[in-house]
Amino acid sequence: MSLLRVEGIAKSFRGLKAVTGASLEVPQGGIVALIGPNGAGKTTCFNMIAGVFAPDAGQIIFENRKIQGLRPDQVCAAGIGRTFQIVKPFAGLSVLDNVMVGSFLKEKTRAGARSVALQVLKKLNLDAKAELPASSLTLPDRKRLEVARALSTRPKLLLLDEVMAGLRPTECDEIVAVFRDLNRSDGLTILLIEHVMRAVMALAQNIVVLHHGEIIARGAPTDVVRDPAVLECYLGEETEV
Amino acid sequence: MIARLLEGVPRRGLVALAALFAALLVFPAFASGYLLAVGFLILYFAYVGQAWNIMMGFAGQLSLGHSLYVGLGAYAAAALYVHFGISPWIGLLASIALCALAGAAMGFLAFRFGVSGVYFAILTIAFAEFARIGFDHFTWVQGSSGFFLPVANYAKNDLWNLRGSPVMFYYLMLCLTAAAFVLCHALLRSRMGYYWLAIRESPEAAQALGVDVFRYKLYAVVISAAMTSLSGVVFAFYYNNLFPEQIFHISRSVEFILGPIIGGIGTLFGPIIGAALLTLLSDGISEVLAAMGWDIPGIKQVFYGVVLLVVITFLPHGIWPALARRLGLSK
Repeated sequence: MSLLRVEGIAKSFRGLKAVTGASLEVPQGGIVALIGPNGAGKTTCFNMIAGVFAPDAGQIIFENRKIQGLRPDQVCAAGIGRTFQIVKPFAGLSVLDNVMVGSFLKEKTRAGARSVALQVLKKLNLDAKAELPASSLTLPDRKRLEVARALSTRPKLLLLDEVMAGLRPTECDEIVAVFRDLNRSDGLTILLIEHVMRAVMALAQNIVVLHHGEIIARGAPTDVVRDPAVLECYLGEETEV
Repeated sequence: MIARLLEGVPRRGLVALAALFAALLVFPAFASGYLLAVGFLILYFAYVGQAWNIMMGFAGQLSLGHSLYVGLGAYAAAALYVHFGISPWIGLLASIALCALAGAAMGFLAFRFGVSGVYFAILTIAFAEFARIGFDHFTWVQGSSGFFLPVANYAKNDLWNLRGSPVMFYYLMLCLTAAAFVLCHALLRSRMGYYWLAIRESPEAAQALGVDVFRYKLYAVVISAAMTSLSGVVFAFYYNNLFPEQIFHISRSVEFILGPIIGGIGTLFGPIIGAALLTLLSDGISEVLAAMGWDIPGIKQVFYGVVLLVVITFLPHGIWPALARRLGLSK
C-alpha cells in the first residue's frame, strides 16, 4: 500500500512550467529518492506536497486522503515532516527549544515536549549541544537540527530536501545510518531529494528522476543510474570522439 | 501550580525578585507625593511595555499603535462610570472586550492578507490614528474638549469605584505589573510561547512544524491588546481626564515601546528596567533643569533619543541580556 500517492501534479510560475504532470508513489515503510539536475522541479514538487503552494492540477493523496491545497501546518499535522534545503533554524532559540517547537505538536505539556525533543536530539547526536543557541551551530549541525525538528513532530512520512549537501563523506555516512535506523526500527517512510549519489545509492529502494518538470525514469537504483535518458540529462548526449 | 511557575528560575534571580517586590511594597511608606507619582509612572510603563512585548518581543509583530488599546480601555470604563455609574471593575470587562475585538479585527485584516513587517506597523498606527480622530468627534465622551471624571476628595479610598489616593493607585498598578510579569513568564513557557518565538524567528519553519501561524499571531495581538486595556482603565481613573489628542497620540505609542527596547525586547525584565531607567532619568533631568531655572521645550524627547542611541549602539539586545550575563542569571 502506498502511503503517499502523487498523481499528475503540475505547477507553473507566471507561465514558466516548473512541474508538468509528475506522478510518484511512496510505499509504506519505503525510502524513495527524487533526483534530477538543478532546476528540474524537485523542490517545487516537495513544496506542493508540503502545502507551501497548491498544485495547478493533479492530486496528492496521503493515507487515502487528499491533501493538496492544505496549509503547511495542516500537512504537518496530517503526518508529513519536512526539512528545508536552505536551513531555517530558529536562530535566537536554543537547540532544544528549536526541537521542542516541533514536539509540541503531539505533546501538550512542556515536560512531554521536552522529553521527546531530548530523545530526538540524542538520535541525531545533538544532545550535547541542546543548550547552545542554534545560531552557534556549524552547517552540518544545522542540517541535523533541521532533521531533528522535522522528526520531533513524529511524522509518518519524512521529506528531506538535500540534507546531505555540504556534508563530508563521513558525516554523510553518519546521517545515512541514522535514516536507515529510523526506517528499520521506527518504520519511518522517507522521500528525499538528493544530489549526493553516495547517499541515494545507500538509502533509496526506489529512484524517481525528474528533468524539466517531467519524470523521465523510475525504478531500482542500479537500473536507474544506467538508464540512457538519465545519463543524458546529467552528462549530455554521447558523442563520438 | 506555584512550584511549576518557579521551575527553571535561578535561585539568585528569585531572591533578587523577592527583594525588588518587597522594596516596591514598602516604597509608599517612605516616598513623597512626587516620588510616588514617579513610581506609579514606572509601573505603568513597565506594565504596558510588558503587554507590548508579547506582540513584538515574543511573536515578532511590531505595534506602533498601542495607544489605541490604552485609549479604548480608558474611554470604555470611564464612559460607563460617568454615564451609568458602573464600577470600573465591571467596566474593565467592556474595556477588555473592546480592545480584544479591536486587536482581533486589525490582526485578522493584516494576517489574512499577508500584511507584515513595516506595513503591519503602519497598519497599527493607522488604527490608532483612526481612533484618535474618531474620538475627537465622539460627542458622547465630549470629543476633543476632553472627558472628565468627577474628582472625589481623597479622604477615604473607594477601591470599588477607584476613587482614592495615589497610594491606592500605586498598589493597584504594582499588582497589575506583577501579574503581567507572572503571566508573561507562564506564557513564555507554554506551548503558545514556544510557537510565538518560532513565528518570530522564522514563520515558514514554524508553519512546517505544524504551527498555525495565522491563529497564533492573532492570539498574540488579542492578548496584548486585552492586557493593555487594563492600563487604560487605571490611567483614566488616576488622571481623571481623557483627551483623544493625548491618549491616542502616536508619541504615546512610541513612549510605550522605548522601555522594552532599551531594557531588552523579548525579555521579562527588559520592560521593567527600561521603564524605570527612562522615567527616572527623564524626570530627573527635568527636575535638575527646573532647579537651575531652565525651561527647554522638548528636552525629554531629545533625552529619549540620546538614551536610545547609546543603548542600541553599545547594547543592541538591550540592557537586561547584558546585565543578566553579568549577574550570572542567564543560561
